[in-house]
Parts: sequence; C-alpha cells; structure tokens
Amino acid sequence: MRLLNASGCLDALTAPGVARSLDGFVTKTITPLPREGNAPPRIAETAYGMLNAIGLANPGRERFLAEALPQLRELGVPLWISVGGFVAADYAETCAALEDVEALELNLSCPNVDEAADSAAEIVAACRAVTALPLYAKLSAAHPDLSEVARAVAAAGADGLSLVNTLRGMALHPRTHEPVLARGQGGLSGPSLKPVALAAVHTCYAATKLPIVGMGGVAAGRDVVDLVACGARDVALGTILFSDPDAPTRVRVEIGDADLDEVFGTAHESAAVHA
Amino acid sequence: MPRRERRSVTGVERVGAYTLLRLDRGGLEPGVPGQFFMLEAPGRLLPRALSLCQASPGELAFLLDAVGPGTEALCALEPGERIHVFGPLGNGFRLDVERPLLVGGGIGMAPLPYLATRLGRAPAVLGFRSERHAEAAALLPDAEVVVEPRLVTELIDPGYEVLACGPEPMLHAVAAMCPGAQLAWEAPMACGYGACYGCAVDVDGELKRLCVEGPVLEAA
Ligand SMILES: Cc1cc2nc3c(=O)[nH]c(=O)nc-3n(C[C@H](O)[C@H](O)[C@H](O)COP(=O)(O)OP(=O)(O)OC[C@H]3O[C@@H](n4cnc5c(N)ncnc54)[C@H](O)[C@@H]3O)c2cc1C
Ligand SMILES: Cc1cc2nc3c(=O)[nH]c(=O)nc-3n(C[C@H](O)[C@H](O)[C@H](O)COP(=O)(O)O)c2cc1C
Ligand code: FES
Repeated sequence: MRLLNASGCLDALTAPGVARSLDGFVTKTITPLPREGNAPPRIAETAYGMLNAIGLANPGRERFLAEALPQLRELGVPLWISVGGFVAADYAETCAALEDVEALELNLSCPNVDEAADSAAEIVAACRAVTALPLYAKLSAAHPDLSEVARAVAAAGADGLSLVNTLRGMALHPRTHEPVLARGQGGLSGPSLKPVALAAVHTCYAATKLPIVGMGGVAAGRDVVDLVACGARDVALGTILFSDPDAPTRVRVEIGDADLDEVFGTAHESAAVHA
Repeated sequence: MPRRERRSVTGVERVGAYTLLRLDRGGLEPGVPGQFFMLEAPGRLLPRALSLCQASPGELAFLLDAVGPGTEALCALEPGERIHVFGPLGNGFRLDVERPLLVGGGIGMAPLPYLATRLGRAPAVLGFRSERHAEAAALLPDAEVVVEPRLVTELIDPGYEVLACGPEPMLHAVAAMCPGAQLAWEAPMACGYGACYGCAVDVDGELKRLCVEGPVLEAA
C-alpha cells in the first residue's frame, strides 16, 4: 500500500516535508492553459465535510513543465501528475509531454468546472495512444452506473482507477441564506465522503479488478484499512492534510502491523454483498 | 520553522467584547509579528487562523472575536484542555521601519501588542465599534483610541510608516492614504500552509494564496 496525497490537497513546493512523508506526491490538476480558479470565497466548512470551488487553479501545462516539474523532481519523491482538460486532445497533449514520472492521473471528475465534452473512455483512449506511463482514471462516485464507467475506462486502456473525487454540495449563510461560495456550489470532501468512497471502491474493484487508489474522508489508520478491504491497493489523504500536516506519519503508526495484504479485498468475501 | 504541537490552555480571559486565550508555549516559536497560527477548534473539521497577540517565554496568547462556530468553540475552552496548534505561518510585518505607526481596527488589533513589543516603543491608533470593544485597548496601553462614528483613519498622521490590521474597508482606506503601508489581510483559510488554494486574494491583479504571500502585504 502506497500512501499518497489526494490531488489539490498538498503543494509539495510549499510543504516539502509533508510531501517527503508520503510514498508519492500527486500534483494539483494541470490544464493546458493557466487558470486562476474561481472567485473567492472558494472554501466553506460544513458539519461533516468541507466544500471547495477552487476551480483547478494551476499555472498551465507550459509553466508547469518549465518551472514546477524540475523543482518537484528535486524532492526525490515519486511524482504522480494529475492531468485535466476540456476535450480528449487537451489531456492527450499533456500526457504526451510527460516522461519519467511514476504515473498520470486523469481527472475526469472535477465538479468545479464545466464537464468535459468527451466521455471518460474517449479521454482515456486518446491518452493511452500517446503514453506508456501508468494511467489512472479518476472518477466521480456521482455517476448513476459507476461499474459501467469503470469497465469502459478499463477497456480503453486505463491501468488503474482513482476513487473518489468530491461530490457536488452547497452551504448557505446561517442568517442571509445566501450561498457561502462565490460559485454557489462546490465539491464536498472529508468525513462524509468515506462511506461513498468505500462503496465506489467496492463497486469498481468488483467490476474491473484494476488497481485502485482509494480516497475520500480518510483521517485515520482505520479508514485506510477499510478502503483496502474494499479493494484499494493504494490510499490518498485529502482534506485531513489541511488540519493535520503530520497525518501521513500518524496514519502509518495507526495502521501499525495490521497485515494489509491479508485485509485486501476481504469486504468482497461475503456472498451477501452485491456490487 | 512552523511546528504542530498539542498545547494546554493556561487561561481564558474576557477583554471587553473579546477573549484572550493563553496557551503554554512548549516548543512553538512565536515568529514575526503578523504571522499566524492555525488552532484546532474543538468539534470542527478545520482549524482557525489566529494572529499571535502576546508572547512570553512560557506562553502564547491569542485575542479572539467569537463570530461563528470555530471561534466560539475556542472561546469556550477551559484551562487544562489541550488543542493542536500549528505555526508560526505566513509572512509577518517587516520590522526595519524608522517611524512606525500601528493602526488597528476592531479585532484587527490582535497582532499589535506583540508587534509593539518587538518594535520597542511605537505610537498606535485604534478604532472600535463600541465602548465595550474598546476595552481591548488595555492590551496596548499607550494607544490613542476612537469609537464609531469616529474612524481610526482620522488619527493617521502622514509621515509615518503605517503597519495596519483591521477590516477590509479600513485597510483599503489606509492603502489609499499611505502608499507603502504594511497591511495584514484576512481570507477564509482551510490549511494555512499553501495546500488548499482556498485563501486566494487579488495581489497586483493576480489571485494568490494569502497564507503564502501574506497575510501582510505592502500597499501599492
Ligand atoms: C491570517 C489571519 C489571522 C487572523 N487573526 C485573527 C485573530 O487574531 N483573532 C480573531 O478573532 N480572528 C482572526 N482571524 C479571523 C478568524 O480566522 C475567523 O474569524 C475565523 O476563522 C472564523 O471562524 P468561525 O467558525 O468562528 O466563523 P465562520 O465565519 O462561520 O467561519 C466558517 C469558516 O469560514 C472561514 N472564514 C470565514 N470568514 C473568514 C475570515 N474573514 N477570515 C478567515 N477565515 C474565515 C473559517 O476559517 C471557517 O473555515 C484571522 C484570519 C486570518 C486569515
Ligand atoms: C481544496 C481541494 C482541492 C481539490 N483539487 C483537486 C484537483 O485539482 N484535482 C482532483 O482530481 N481532485 C481535487 N480534489 C479532490 C481530492 O483529490 C479528493 O478526491 C477528495 O477531496 C476526496 O478526498 P478527501 O475526502 O480525503 O479530501 C480537491 C479537493 C479539495 C478539498
Ligand atoms: S489556507 Fe490553504 S492555501 Fe492558503
């Protein structure tokens, strides 16, 4: 089990010590052109999670390749590059420009920008055609038939899946009842996502047997063990890093000597469980 | 270097309309005035950003305005309870100023007591919305104080180098009067260390992370 950060939840260049405490660093999603992101306020706290509408703020492909990537390589941490875009060609051009990294994660599921025009499978196929690097398809749990999407991206050549991205949510000011986020709605992350993540990993493992990076509401060692039991090979920490930058080290201590190979997939053993 | 430690509450005192929360310092550095700490707010998912108000060899103290669930939970702490504290974070005030004038509006006075200590003696002007809020001026004994409808900007004498913290309209007014002033801004923050991109503010026409570039920024 590799412990990673969830995309958009850590900047290895401002917090290199936190990045080095992980088995791999996943970048914020890189799009072809620079994006400032959405207008502030773009985060809000709710009872069991937080909302974000960052809107894929990133320096864009060219500046990422020229400036950030060389600095990231110096950290000596395996790099996962999160790739985004609006049509399949956007994703494929970025994938084609990358080499010597651990893996590419295709963000097919950001709730804070308008939907990509091409289907998840079309995007994966376009990327598969231009790179031999491991390709992980990051999906949203909001799809009505998640196992079908998982099978489609597997058939298109994905090597693995990243599950889950945030779910769309909204928060209102207690007195004015206006949306807290300037964009109105945002992506829900944190503790309330954990049951959603367990179900999504369970469903997609049963549907494809692909390696899965599980994430969503992981805050403690117990959450890692649960995701592994549902079929996650690797696990990513997101929102917990905001309140606890020491979480990677703490979570490893909490996992202790639990045998994760033994735990892997055990949630599938009961015949009563349906995907 | 910022550190994250679990520290004990050593005191919780009312100061007019505000609350002064004292924590034992442990291995935490106080940092530069204007830097901030992320304090665990019991029962809440995300920590809250607070400027250091006072530092002594054994304690760090924060001045709080209870405006919502997080600051209310912090004000309800009792001596002996323990919370995680992470800091110091961000960029504080430059202290190499020849004729400093400290300007504070409301809870924006929070970083000024520690700033005044580090600068040696510096004149200060404070504005508050009521007499009860103005009782917090006791933390900065030599300050000149006004209460609304009078505004603190009336007390700013040109020719000083201004170091200010307060509500946004006050900071915009100070920026317009005093080019080069050092202003401590606020934004909603989830992490305080550059991880979430939630704290974006407009700096010279570009959205930047306030916790990384600020919170103290120089007025254009
Ligand atoms: C660098 C910095 C230093 C600060 N220093 C102090 C201080 O010394 N004393 C003090 O009383 N307050 C200070 N604040 C403001 C304080 O962090 C907010 O009032 C507090 O986070 C509000 O949380 P809440 O749950 O009580 O209220 P709510 O407004 O309900 O907050 C809910 C969420 O919104 C965020 N949020 C909303 N508005 C703001 C805002 N204007 N600034 C920051 N976060 C916001 C909170 O972090 C929280 O996640 C500072 C803010 C920053 C950024
Ligand atoms: C502030 C914030 C920014 C995010 N940015 C991205 C992003 O750029 N790309 C992406 O694929 N996912 C992004 N995510 C989603 C996370 O990677 C992760 O899928 C989600 O937050 C669930 O994990 P968590 O509950 O542990 O946070 C972001 C999440 C948050 C909270
Ligand atoms: S508060 Fe998270 S990036 Fe600034």
